Amino acid sequence: MAEKKRIELMVCTGTGCFAGGAFQIIDELNKYLESFGLKDEVSVVATGCNGFCGQGPLMVVIPDNIFYGWLEKKDIHHLVEEHFLKGRPVKKLMFKPPEEKEPLPLLSDIPFFKKQLLVVLRNKGIIDPEKIEDYIARDGYLAIEKIIGSMSSDEVIKEILKSGLRGRGGAGFLTGRKWEIASLQTKTPKYFIANCDEGDPGAYMDRSVLESDPHSVIEGMCIAGYAIGSNEGFAYVRTEYPLAIKRMRTAIKQAEEYGLLGKNILGSNFDFNIEIREGSGAFVCGEETSLIHSIEGDIPEPRQRPPFPAQAGLWGCPTVINNVETLANVPVIITRGAEWFSSIGTETSKGTKIFSLVGKINNTGLIEVPMGITLREVVYEIGGGIPKGKKFKAVQTGGPSGGCIPVSMLDSPIDYESLQKAGSMMGSGGMIVMDEDTCVVDVSKFFIQFTNEESCGKCTSCRDGSEALLEVLTRISDGKGFEGDIDFLTELGECIKDASMCGLGQTLPNPVLSTLRYFKDEYEAHIKGKRCPALVCRNLIQYYIDPNKCVGCLLCIKSCPTEAITGESKFIHIINQENCHKCGQCLEVCPPKISAIIKVTGSDMENLVQLSEIISCKEWKKNHEYS
Amino acid sequence: MPKLTIDELHKMRETARKEIYLREGNFRGKVIVHMGTCGIAAGAREIMSSFLDEIEKKKLTDIMFTTTGCAGLCSEEPIVTIEMEGSAPVKYCKLTSEKAKKIFNEHIIEGNVVKEFVLGIGSERVG
Repeated sequence: MAEKKRIELMVCTGTGCFAGGAFQIIDELNKYLESFGLKDEVSVVATGCNGFCGQGPLMVVIPDNIFYGWLEKKDIHHLVEEHFLKGRPVKKLMFKPPEEKEPLPLLSDIPFFKKQLLVVLRNKGIIDPEKIEDYIARDGYLAIEKIIGSMSSDEVIKEILKSGLRGRGGAGFLTGRKWEIASLQTKTPKYFIANCDEGDPGAYMDRSVLESDPHSVIEGMCIAGYAIGSNEGFAYVRTEYPLAIKRMRTAIKQAEEYGLLGKNILGSNFDFNIEIREGSGAFVCGEETSLIHSIEGDIPEPRQRPPFPAQAGLWGCPTVINNVETLANVPVIITRGAEWFSSIGTETSKGTKIFSLVGKINNTGLIEVPMGITLREVVYEIGGGIPKGKKFKAVQTGGPSGGCIPVSMLDSPIDYESLQKAGSMMGSGGMIVMDEDTCVVDVSKFFIQFTNEESCGKCTSCRDGSEALLEVLTRISDGKGFEGDIDFLTELGECIKDASMCGLGQTLPNPVLSTLRYFKDEYEAHIKGKRCPALVCRNLIQYYIDPNKCVGCLLCIKSCPTEAITGESKFIHIINQENCHKCGQCLEVCPPKISAIIKVTGSDMENLVQLSEIISCKEWKKNHEYS
Repeated sequence: MPKLTIDELHKMRETARKEIYLREGNFRGKVIVHMGTCGIAAGAREIMSSFLDEIEKKKLTDIMFTTTGCAGLCSEEPIVTIEMEGSAPVKYCKLTSEKAKKIFNEHIIEGNVVKEFVLGIGSERVG
């Protein structure tokens, strides 16, 4: 008997879940739905990113709203039979908060999702990104309909200005103001560019929007074109995002076929075309003027402003560049109104922001929260706190050029001004949580390595300045720091900020300056004490086998790649520090019940017993009463 | 695919909305058919079809249909729980397709509990 469709399985197929096997799981689901005769009742929908990436591959069962995570191919037979045939949801595949006994079946009960407010991600997990009809069903292209029918370009600009929308790429410039400046220019043609370059390592908010809801970006671009008087749009997407590019291309084609893009949109006399241009992997191309040079075929280097791109940009013509997330806000501001949008957020920062919450945190993924929520709520309520009971140390916001915010500032609200005051920035929305095992010197070094490599080289301050910062940080990390280093880093950092032409140089010293501000003692420990308190910097730590705990199991000896550990079965193992390369393998393999291997730093080693001769574990225990 | 006019876009939107109504989650009531081995053996799948047919016939998009495992009182299967917004859940037992249709029209459409088929009203206390 043919049954009506009663269940939809929303399977996430964002890049993360794709890599985790989402499509194999979809195949397996279809296979068993077929074999159990459920194909007409239960359908599988491949959606975009759900956001709870740490739990992928995942799916949500509609209409019940049951969340299943960490799915594997081998789970599917049982899942289909138990839940969809027999009606019994499968507990062991549900989300269970750490330390809790019972799972939380409903997505709406899971803390990771509860405090989120979906504006940009309004279609998250609900639509198939390759079906324009799904987007249209969710009020898609309603905004275009509205403006073409009844709003002038000035009215559109006024509405966006009234909403208070600020650029989500990092600079936070008022979007409406940028559009206004461009609309007042008389030179034609005018161009519109969507900045889909997203260079911050670890940031994937824009990728998620492009993969999961490409039409929201297309509609936003179209509205922007209408507002400023442009008929030519470019989407500059980094080549490293093949799925995003594929979905954008499909979406553009579909929109063109329906007359929602191209000539005479919806029968009006407004034309708008979108061309995709792929980036070539340069971080600096996220910066407006470098991006423009890249499209023009020139070396991607910034140039002085004024003139700003809105006055003279691509090929000398008025050009507006907006970030993906900024654009995805535009259609919903037009349909629901600027007043509604500006009721969300703080006085100066309206609306929501997407963050990629990663690092030492229990719940990893993408979250969208209203501006003004505190860092504490994000880290502890949404993020579920720090794993393994470790202590929170800092959260770095804003990508590689962002600053680290310590525990004392956790109650700061998240908005453009507060984050800047705390020594960091909103940036693109990266949020990297660090715990007590993170070394701030090592982290600063890591980020300066990145920005130094990506510097286009035009400005001495950025090019050579970042080189000098890196050299000093490396010395400090290697235990070769000396008096004066901290003052030098501070002075040089401030100088680089002042003297660099573009945002890359102007923000690259932030990790160093903010960690010096809040964790100066940790730098001093490296420089004066030759210690790394977090036990990270290789030249300042040593691995040690505690003879009171070692049972002579040979596991660490077998794992050591440099044969630096000596010992025999049931004899205490000893690490030869000269041959040890601090890889940490021995610590990894030592059984948790034994935990005989520790890391020590500085002069701590001097307080520990050093074995001078071979001794059996039994002998040692006999001679040393260990309680 | 022809280029759309504004009216055609409207029509497409309405049709597309109906296709994805399950995902919107705007439900004023829930029909829960108890399955599990006892339920299925007693004929729960026919009951399920009856309810789904009625939902389809009346083109309702605000009633959620779902299944769950055994309700506990296996001798009374097939059992259905109807949960309407603002009211306690009502369990109906020993159902047939006819009874299911009657319950659908009288309870879900008109809002009157069909007393003669009721097993119990309310929920068990969860320990």
